[in-house]
Amino acid sequence: MVQPLDHLKESPSQTAGPYVHIGCTPNFSGITGVYPQDLGHEMITGEVSGTPIRITGRVLDGTGTPLRDAMIEIWQPDAAGLFNSPAETRGRADPNFTSWGRAASDMVTGEFAFDTVKPGAVPYVDGRLQAPHVTLWIVARGINLGLHTRMYFPDEDAANAADPILTRIEHQNRVRTLIAETPGKGHYHFDIHLQGPTETVFFDI
Amino acid sequence: MTNGYVNRDRRWHPAALTPDYKTSVARGPRQAPLSFPTTLVEETGPVFGHEMLGRHDNDLIVNFATGDGMAIGPRIIVHGQLRDEFGRGVPNTLIEVWQANAGGRYRHKKESYLAPLDPNFGGCGRCMTDAQGFYEFRTIMPGPYPWPNTMNDWRPAHIHFSIFGQAFAQRLITQMYFEGDPLIWRCPIVDTIPTREGIESLVAPLDMARTVPMDARAYKFDITLRGRRQTLFENRMEGL
Ligand SMILES: [Fe+2]
Repeated sequence: MVQPLDHLKESPSQTAGPYVHIGCTPNFSGITGVYPQDLGHEMITGEVSGTPIRITGRVLDGTGTPLRDAMIEIWQPDAAGLFNSPAETRGRADPNFTSWGRAASDMVTGEFAFDTVKPGAVPYVDGRLQAPHVTLWIVARGINLGLHTRMYFPDEDAANAADPILTRIEHQNRVRTLIAETPGKGHYHFDIHLQGPTETVFFDI
Repeated sequence: MTNGYVNRDRRWHPAALTPDYKTSVARGPRQAPLSFPTTLVEETGPVFGHEMLGRHDNDLIVNFATGDGMAIGPRIIVHGQLRDEFGRGVPNTLIEVWQANAGGRYRHKKESYLAPLDPNFGGCGRCMTDAQGFYEFRTIMPGPYPWPNTMNDWRPAHIHFSIFGQAFAQRLITQMYFEGDPLIWRCPIVDTIPTREGIESLVAPLDMARTVPMDARAYKFDITLRGRRQTLFENRMEGL
């Protein structure tokens, strides 16, 4: 016999289901008067440094149909590369930037949108800089465990080419699934493919 | 010194593709996810202040009701501790919950179950853990409801939980079930969890010690988030 390890197991995930909006974006779902506004609705709360950008996108299933019941959260540093989080120890982030946003995909078109700033770079575990990116977390009916991925920028070729995560991807032809399109100045569009030949790279982190 | 978060045990969580839960077939990714150690990006996360909470955010019986109204249904208190895999309480963390009403009906545009809405029940609530990770909210017992999968699938009574933790790596959505519900063992969504032990870890026992006599029963639901490694010796391989 040996001493038992008394570590606990993480609570198993369960799908967010079709009614995630009731709990996470109640005003969006028509339940008003409980919370003054939906959490994560605004990432910029005042005068903010850096370049304002708009991120739009869709989440598409294996048949190419956009999900109309997904919830997407993003997490990113401010323009200087600092997170608005107590766990950020490198400095103080822009007080008018929350680092975190939450959006429901549109119930008709499936499109989601975030108004944010272009993120700065953050170091990897070995000190190398990671290319500027936005982390996304996607939950919906039919998704059993929330999906982590990242959106990188099409105007950061040199940084992307040196990025410690992007260069780690075995099938380099899949790197492009993590790079946004830019339909206009300051506008980045990022479609997330759950399946198929262009399946987005999802992260086990 | 931190050495990152303990990896998620993907054999303990539901797989992406679980054909008996039909919606997962077109929505579950098929490629293997890319593994790498947590970086600053995943080791930080949004934290909300207690001042954000409204007075009735943690009371689903009254937070949508008009006047002196109250939601219909068996009154319950749900409480427990949020801790990490090393047993440490996770303090000052937001927990969001949502659920059907006592008849099993959600207040949602896309919900078509014939059970009626309760005019005094919205179905959302939230609370924050205290300095030791304990939390508590009051609600009514949700009803089971039928859902389109095979022709006769019923969800056991459940409450959905969204939990933030202190790092984006800990972000989790799950569901709480109620002790003794026979539908737990017939549900294709519950059954996406690979082990009986895993399923049982989401079943809350009736907690008579925390019951409010002549008012509300209590259920105890402890939740575990990923643990943050701590060591005096940090040794990360070059290029990992
Ligand atoms: Fe549900």
